[in-house]
Amino acid sequence: MAAPTTTAAGTSRVKRTTRWVSWALIVVVAVLAILAETTPLGDGALGILMGKGVLRYTLRAAVPLIFGALSGILCERSGIINIGIEGMMLAGAFGAFVVKAFTGGLPLPLSLFLATLSAILVGAAMGYLHALLSIRFRMNQIISGTALIVLATGLSTYLFNPDWLSRGKFADFAIPLLSRIPVFGEILFTNGFLTYLALAMVFVLQFLLFRSRWGLRTRAIGEHPRAADTMGINVNRWRYINTTLGGALAALGGAFLVLEAVGQFKEGMTAGRGFISLAAMIFGNWNPLGALGASTLFGYAQALQNQLLLSGVTRVPRFFISMLPYVTTIVVLVGVVGRTRAPAAEGEVYETE
Amino acid sequence: MGDPADRAQDRSRWFTRITHPLLMPLLALLTAFAVGAVIMLLSGENPLAAYAGLLQGAFGSLGAISRTLRTATPFILTGLSVAFAFKAGLFNIGASGQYLMGTAASVAVGVSLEGLPVYLHLPLALLAGLAGGALWGAIPGLLKVWRGAHEVITTIMLNYIASLFVSWLIYAGGTEGQQPGPLSDPVAAARGISQTKEVLPTAILPEFFPRVFTDVHWGLVVALVAALIVWWILRKSTFGFEVRTVGENLNAARYAGIRVNWTIVLTMAIAGGLAGLAGTVETLGLYHRYAPEFTGSSGFEGITVALLGGTQPFGVVLSSVFMGALYGGAAKMQFDAGVRSEIIQVVQALVLILVAAPEIVRVIYRIRSRHADEDTAGTKLATGWGG
Repeated sequence: MAAPTTTAAGTSRVKRTTRWVSWALIVVVAVLAILAETTPLGDGALGILMGKGVLRYTLRAAVPLIFGALSGILCERSGIINIGIEGMMLAGAFGAFVVKAFTGGLPLPLSLFLATLSAILVGAAMGYLHALLSIRFRMNQIISGTALIVLATGLSTYLFNPDWLSRGKFADFAIPLLSRIPVFGEILFTNGFLTYLALAMVFVLQFLLFRSRWGLRTRAIGEHPRAADTMGINVNRWRYINTTLGGALAALGGAFLVLEAVGQFKEGMTAGRGFISLAAMIFGNWNPLGALGASTLFGYAQALQNQLLLSGVTRVPRFFISMLPYVTTIVVLVGVVGRTRAPAAEGEVYETE
Repeated sequence: MGDPADRAQDRSRWFTRITHPLLMPLLALLTAFAVGAVIMLLSGENPLAAYAGLLQGAFGSLGAISRTLRTATPFILTGLSVAFAFKAGLFNIGASGQYLMGTAASVAVGVSLEGLPVYLHLPLALLAGLAGGALWGAIPGLLKVWRGAHEVITTIMLNYIASLFVSWLIYAGGTEGQQPGPLSDPVAAARGISQTKEVLPTAILPEFFPRVFTDVHWGLVVALVAALIVWWILRKSTFGFEVRTVGENLNAARYAGIRVNWTIVLTMAIAGGLAGLAGTVETLGLYHRYAPEFTGSSGFEGITVALLGGTQPFGVVLSSVFMGALYGGAAKMQFDAGVRSEIIQVVQALVLILVAAPEIVRVIYRIRSRHADEDTAGTKLATGWGG
């Protein structure tokens, strides 16, 4: 990769524009949402496009993408490409499902806790495996990620038993006061545990990545490992740690599908979400807050698809409506690449001299 | 290395003395099967019975051998597809979408054009399949050179889009006034079944020595010819040289005056065409129509086949026969030993890992590598997002 060509001034101008556009978008959506809820406009097209239903669905659809994109950010900021998010997510979903099904006799909160923990552990194991293959065994990281997907798909299908039942999900709980805010309280502050966790992780990671010692190290080993090494940072050790943590994050996205959204495991239930997460990561310029925005956009594409199918307002065959999330991903990717910049040392094996 | 004691020890390890190119892949397979056996043991199955059933189902009779060859046929083509893209440093995980678009195009030609003689209809149907896949493959190539969108994400998205598109083509129509798709068979649609009509007899790929084999069709020959052509393109043609140069060193290729963008698009089109042909021969030779349960490929088999075959056309043919045996024998294994056939996918993932990271095999069997950079699995894939 060539050295970054953007000057400091150029970067900050882009940043300012991005921030301005983001705030403008948020305000527009907020106004439209209020109009959809409070005026008769909401009975028509506006209700379909910006009603409470579609916005709530947007957030639900965005949560696995947020976890996936954060996983990608953690790995790629430290220089490891993670194509295997899809596999880690699927493994996490399966890990959560198995424990949930086998702890059905325990009180629900305990069972949910153990299932979430199981997803985290399974995901961390997948992340560690990815790090091991790409660092210790110098496997091409794209192929390693692909292998993880095949492995997760194969193992989860082989071990899956449709007789196992998972009963009970994370229920929505309303955050006091905040959930009373008209319109938005119901959308943003009446959700399940994993949704809050995803949103919290965005801000935590945004802070840690740019304000903490760990964040500085992570960015250093992803941009210029040789320099980081000279400064006494153990490049590969931090790559192992971050990739393992990244695996756990992706798995939480899978856990969300089983424990909060669907309530059951289905073979191949991630349905490309891992790859859409990668696009969200790129669109969000490898920043947690950016990834949140991008995931919300992709979540909206999915929600809109769902809403259009349910409302039956259009005569377009449902197959074409279902393409919406995938087409959106391509369009966004095509529109944005070149304006964002990947960590410089991504995908390269680092060896001390 | 220079230490005499060390050397003596080396001599006693007979593995280290073998430098045959087949050694590493074979050890990888052996190890994958061993790990697969452990997984079966852990899940309470009998791996010996399973593998015996697998072997029986793959090579135990003429019928089994037929099944292996039949299953291997599309793998050769999807494997070639992935291997060809690899040569230009491109990672094509879109084989399943290209396979579907090729299938759709060939069926569209196969069910229409009644009255055409076989020597025109069959080649036309094959060409249509090739073209359908090639167009679908060219899209990610174009997006890459035009805007730098990485082919890993675009091809996966195009897989989902292709799958939905083909589902629409064959859709039987719905109760709420949803129109049937243009390729749906009205007779089946009346019973609510989504599938295409059967292709006309003039567009069917005939069986290959039907008195010896069962259901092995001339698609196998098409696949082998494709392997020869790919070998020729890569080794003997100027374009092949350009493809390999682009794959090995993009900057050098630019400096040498190679039209890099054109090479990338054409490579993806050829890769797509090969995957499209896989769907085509499977449809024209075996199923004679398209129905949702005939999605033969997830596209990942092609990746395993390509890497196991060292991304060489003839290696791809060999590894396809292996994968054909694996998938062909799986049903018999499930029937005989009661082991779920999905274990095959696990073995496949392990093969993929062990072939792409030969260092693991070296560590397990204590083989010293001859060159330090031998571990790149014979390919140089792009390492970044190209952003």
